[in-house]
Amino acid sequence: MIVVLAFVIGGLYAAGLYMMLRRSITKLIIGLGLLSHAANLLLFTAGGLVRARPPLIPDNSETIQPPFADPVPQALVLTAIVISFGVTAFALALIHRANRVIGTDDMDQMKATDV
Amino acid sequence: MKLLPVLPVLIPLLTAALALLQWRHRVAQRRLSVAGAIALFVAAVWLFAVVQREGVQVVQSGGWQAPFGISFVADTFSSLMVLFAATTNLCVVIYSLTSIDARREAFGYHLLLHVMLMGVCGAFLTGDIFNLYVWFELMLMASFVLLALGGERRQMEGAIKYVTINLVSSALFLAAVGLLYAATGTLNMADLALKAQHVNPAGMRTVIALLFFVAFGVKAALFPLYFWLPASYHTPPVVISAIFAGLLTKVGVYSLARVFTLIFRNDAGYMQPLLLWVAALTMIAGGLGAIVQRDLRRMLSFLIISHIGVAAMGLGIFTERAFAGMIFYLIEDIVVLTNLFLIAGGVRLLCGTYDLTQTGGIYRRHPSFGFLFLIPALSLSGIPPFSGFFAKLALIQAGLEAGRYAVVGVSLAVSLLTLYAMARVWMLAFWREQPATTPTNLAAPLATLAAPLTTPIPTISPRRARRALIPIAALSALTIALGLGAEFVFRQSLIAAGVLAEPRLYVEAVLGGER
Repeated sequence: MIVVLAFVIGGLYAAGLYMMLRRSITKLIIGLGLLSHAANLLLFTAGGLVRARPPLIPDNSETIQPPFADPVPQALVLTAIVISFGVTAFALALIHRANRVIGTDDMDQMKATDV
Repeated sequence: MKLLPVLPVLIPLLTAALALLQWRHRVAQRRLSVAGAIALFVAAVWLFAVVQREGVQVVQSGGWQAPFGISFVADTFSSLMVLFAATTNLCVVIYSLTSIDARREAFGYHLLLHVMLMGVCGAFLTGDIFNLYVWFELMLMASFVLLALGGERRQMEGAIKYVTINLVSSALFLAAVGLLYAATGTLNMADLALKAQHVNPAGMRTVIALLFFVAFGVKAALFPLYFWLPASYHTPPVVISAIFAGLLTKVGVYSLARVFTLIFRNDAGYMQPLLLWVAALTMIAGGLGAIVQRDLRRMLSFLIISHIGVAAMGLGIFTERAFAGMIFYLIEDIVVLTNLFLIAGGVRLLCGTYDLTQTGGIYRRHPSFGFLFLIPALSLSGIPPFSGFFAKLALIQAGLEAGRYAVVGVSLAVSLLTLYAMARVWMLAFWREQPATTPTNLAAPLATLAAPLTTPIPTISPRRARRALIPIAALSALTIALGLGAEFVFRQSLIAAGVLAEPRLYVEAVLGGER
């Protein structure tokens, strides 16, 4: 399972970076989204994949024996998803406004301040 | 007071929340903003004094003992950074009362400023690596909106670049945190300082360390990663540029220093040459970029980069004295660069433009403003008796002691570039007569092209103009004070550097007896 996820993460990173290198700002935002998905999935996978072992201490015991599913990476991913949701929403509003003000969606046209 | 280390986070949060409730009342928002900035300043002074007296302050949030809960840690380094962040914030808030336009105020300028300050203070004070990520995001999110607020064309262009590159670095940061957690099973920085030394295989630690280096390198604007900064910092109103220039890149350097002295201190073997190379190239690239700029704010943006390189040099030399020099340099930089941006705003008011080919005559009309410019300008170039000289002196001494002659030579040469850039501003904006019109026909099409990009200059009364001088004068006075009190400041920096050089102190303070 980890191998499959590793390929998925690699694919997401590759696709995200490819999209970000395109000239259209819409594709830039899609690339950013893919990149944050890749980071979230990496966080999730790196925490270790354990199936059907919830982190609950059994009735007749004081401690829990590994392996068990670590809840911390999931909490981290949840936080990161919320943040990337907010950021993506802002980025969409930004490119919408940019497109209206500048009149193009081509990154190569956005050089007016670089002289 | 037990919650003292969290106060610099709570006060901006409260200010922003109250300002949100007063969304329709601009005057109330202004008053709240000033009150919040003063309260933050008082809290920062208090925190600094308590850290002075009683050593490292730790708050375990929710009563969860470290390493299980999120710790907030205020040592001398972080309390110094918070203190100077709060000071510049207060000056910037007062300046913005006269300079920011009503529309931006109505759309939550003050609120966003305090949210950003909350992120900055949180990043300085947190003792948890994932929490650091969250504070970074908070700070970035507020800075995105501040940068784009107003929706002018140039702002949109700057904001797209700034947002994109910062989100990429955030994604790298997040990936690094995930891998670090996978390798160590903890997120508490003090706990990481112990556990990261036993990461197996060691190559994994190198990968994680370099991911952190790139992520923070982007935020700090180090050599090959700085291009977003001069492409965006000159686009918003100058007061927003000023607070960005003072604080945001410094948070990157602070995080670099924290992470590489605490968690990856055993990786100094390869990090040190890497940091020194990057620092030297950052200084050179920033310095060379600065001397060719026509736009005053773009010149200052390149100077930010150049001086981040000097601070990174202090980290790269990796001795206690070099850390002290770096800390002194960082706080000096916060004050001076914020001040220079505010002065650039003054130049715009007096000459109507930021373009150095069209400015002039300020000294003849307003000699006192000229002197106010000279203080931060000379301090930035490292001329005694201002603070920049002593900070640089400490760094250079530390570099020579450690035998790092090449990078010290580079930093000295780059000081000359800074001096040249500042002298150019002095000659073109202050000393000479203002040119009557656009100099040549060649520039005319350029000027018409740029015309829709520039906003009309806000006209302000002499009384308000004098009010705008208060924060500039205060920051200039602070520069002089830091220079005259250099011994005191350097002693504080040495105490702060002691914790960086001896991570045991930090770890013991956070984890308590259990080790």
